[in-house]
Amino acid sequence: MSNQVISEIRRDHILNLLKDGRRTDGRKVDDFRKIKFETGIIESADGSAVVEIGKTKVTAGVKIMPGTPFGDTPNMGVLTTGAELIPMAHPSFESGPPGADSIELARVVDRGIRESGMIDMSKLCIKEGEEVWMCFLDLYAINYDGNLFDAFTLASVLALKTAIIPNEQYGKGENKPLPITCIPISATAAKVGSSLILDPNFDEEHISSARLTVTTDDDGNFRAMQKGGQGSITLDELSRCLDMAVAKGKEIRELIG
Amino acid sequence: MEKRSARPAREIVVPGDILDDSGAKAGDNTYTVDGKVYAAVLGVKNKNQYGVGVIPLGGRYMPKPGDMVIGMINDIGSSNWMVDIRAPYPAPLHVSEVPWKVEFGDTSRYLNVGNVVLLKVLSVDEGKKIQVTMNDSGLRRLEGGRLVEIPYVKVSRVIGKSGSMIQMIKSMTDCRIFIGENGIIWIDGDEKNAEVAARAIEMIGENAHKGSLTERVKEFIEKELPNAGEVGE
Amino acid sequence: MSGTTDMILVDKDGKRIDGRMPEEHRAVKIEAGVLANADGSAYVEIGKNKVLAAVYGPRECHPRHLQDPTKAIIQCKYNMQTYSVSDRKRPGTDRRSVEISKITAEALEKVVLTELYPRASIDVYIEILQANAGTRCAGLTAASVALADAGIPMRDIIPSIAAGKADGHVLLDLNKEEDNFGQADVPLAIVPSTNEIVLLQMDGNMTRQEFDKAIELAVGGCHDLYKLQKEALLKRYGDGGDSDE
Repeated sequence: MSNQVISEIRRDHILNLLKDGRRTDGRKVDDFRKIKFETGIIESADGSAVVEIGKTKVTAGVKIMPGTPFGDTPNMGVLTTGAELIPMAHPSFESGPPGADSIELARVVDRGIRESGMIDMSKLCIKEGEEVWMCFLDLYAINYDGNLFDAFTLASVLALKTAIIPNEQYGKGENKPLPITCIPISATAAKVGSSLILDPNFDEEHISSARLTVTTDDDGNFRAMQKGGQGSITLDELSRCLDMAVAKGKEIRELIG
Repeated sequence: MEKRSARPAREIVVPGDILDDSGAKAGDNTYTVDGKVYAAVLGVKNKNQYGVGVIPLGGRYMPKPGDMVIGMINDIGSSNWMVDIRAPYPAPLHVSEVPWKVEFGDTSRYLNVGNVVLLKVLSVDEGKKIQVTMNDSGLRRLEGGRLVEIPYVKVSRVIGKSGSMIQMIKSMTDCRIFIGENGIIWIDGDEKNAEVAARAIEMIGENAHKGSLTERVKEFIEKELPNAGEVGE
Repeated sequence: MSGTTDMILVDKDGKRIDGRMPEEHRAVKIEAGVLANADGSAYVEIGKNKVLAAVYGPRECHPRHLQDPTKAIIQCKYNMQTYSVSDRKRPGTDRRSVEISKITAEALEKVVLTELYPRASIDVYIEILQANAGTRCAGLTAASVALADAGIPMRDIIPSIAAGKADGHVLLDLNKEEDNFGQADVPLAIVPSTNEIVLLQMDGNMTRQEFDKAIELAVGGCHDLYKLQKEALLKRYGDGGDSDE
């Protein structure tokens, strides 16, 4: 994310505590911060959610409208995901078109949703080859304190899960819920020093050498991954990330019901 | 330090509120129109024999000469370091203001990006250009320990009347603590004790506008550290 | 302003489609200090409008060539989120948001004591989460609360609301239907202590008499909003005594 300097004292403090498996906010290495969420917050959207993970706060909204399918998938709906790191969220975020960070975020979130088959795209066909439902999923960071990957994925899932296909608005019969098949959940681990920690906050994220986002489905199978950062992770660390992602995915799926 | 004499009730004012229309002298954070004094910031009305002003409840730290501040080096030039002291402006530390003889272009051998320093504000000119110095007793690079950040307006509560609050925290937790007027506080000591001191200070940072603080901070430390040192009053 | 419609927007008793009387504004909710990172922030709901404002600064001005050696500059960015309107808005800046950002910054310049912070920038970000006519007014209303919350020195707090004309009636605070099918819209912002106008736009068709009435309603509405802005700021700092030592 942004190129922010973390003071030497903060860095050393984080690293020293991690040697004993502790974190500055009292969490264990595999703890998330407190997750809060609310759905249906935006009436003008067809589905919406606000998610807080600790002090990180994001909103997601989905607009669903009829449009032309892609030539190679004439009977499938379309999902388009965008993410914006607006300057409201952090002093280091700047106005302007999405940069590499926000594009990566949007693509990783999109991949988890798409590859898990969360939305049954085949049910979004109105007339084969001519008209399908297009889902525009837009994400905004409102306050940034680390781990936007998981906040954005969770907000997306909640917005889509509660989204309504606006048939009435387009004279196509009754409104219906978006056809949902499963709940993909991502869990992001950061490598800080020699430790792997889940749900890194701003300081932890900015002194981490690498991160791994793992998205799992209801069965605990893997649907999307993204390694980031200039450092590396070992095969053993990878294995631990996968275990943590499965466990955390289950926990968060229960939390959101 | 603001004077904290007991007032019957504190009055919170917002920008544009009339503070006085009977000729009182306009104090800090006010403006005057047609002889009336108005509040210019959100804060607590402060009226005394010298005039009427507002003690702000928030906002950015604005350096004053003589202030002790804690900052982080965030850029290096060939003859100075740029220090982030959470002010609206960067604070350059010139090579002539450090206790070492630094050759031109050799700055990074002494202080580097990410280093934390205890400094004094040397001057703030009319154009708000800031200069800081490390040439005074006790000023230095800080190593180890931990940092706590609170709104600068809460610093006076952390210090307490004649230093009573900070003395209490220091003696109960047996920590070394430096308080920057800019709201950055450095704490060093036994791991558990430093943690408790940090949380006590954060507590003051969050609740400083509410009453009976000394008691609550004392209770908190006693609960967390049952064997805490005696309060040195 | 389409100006012509068969839609009845004001009934024979003078009641509007959402049940309001002509001089009534929609329900208002204002909250100060809602975001952790920003120096100041506010959330405002006016009817179905939902708006967030955040303030960063005074801080070093970027880009540098915009610095003014005599005072701080106010940089404002008004942004409508894609799902805030019925037809998805394309992300990014458009001409409308550039214009609104400009007039919002200019309105705020009037009250902020910018001369105290030469060379600095005070950055105001307004995000429209949900739009239902009147977002520029709601945005400015939120921005001034956010500025006060950020401890920025200012002469006053600016409220903003629109008046307009629909179905031949002059109305305060048009909603979406009244705006779409009405005949005129007049967004206004004032300095409450002096009634000086700091933002004014008008489009549509009004007689002098109607316009005067619209201004009267909007000024009244601004004073109502100002009370709520003030309440929100006082509420943020709750009550409780000052001293204990």
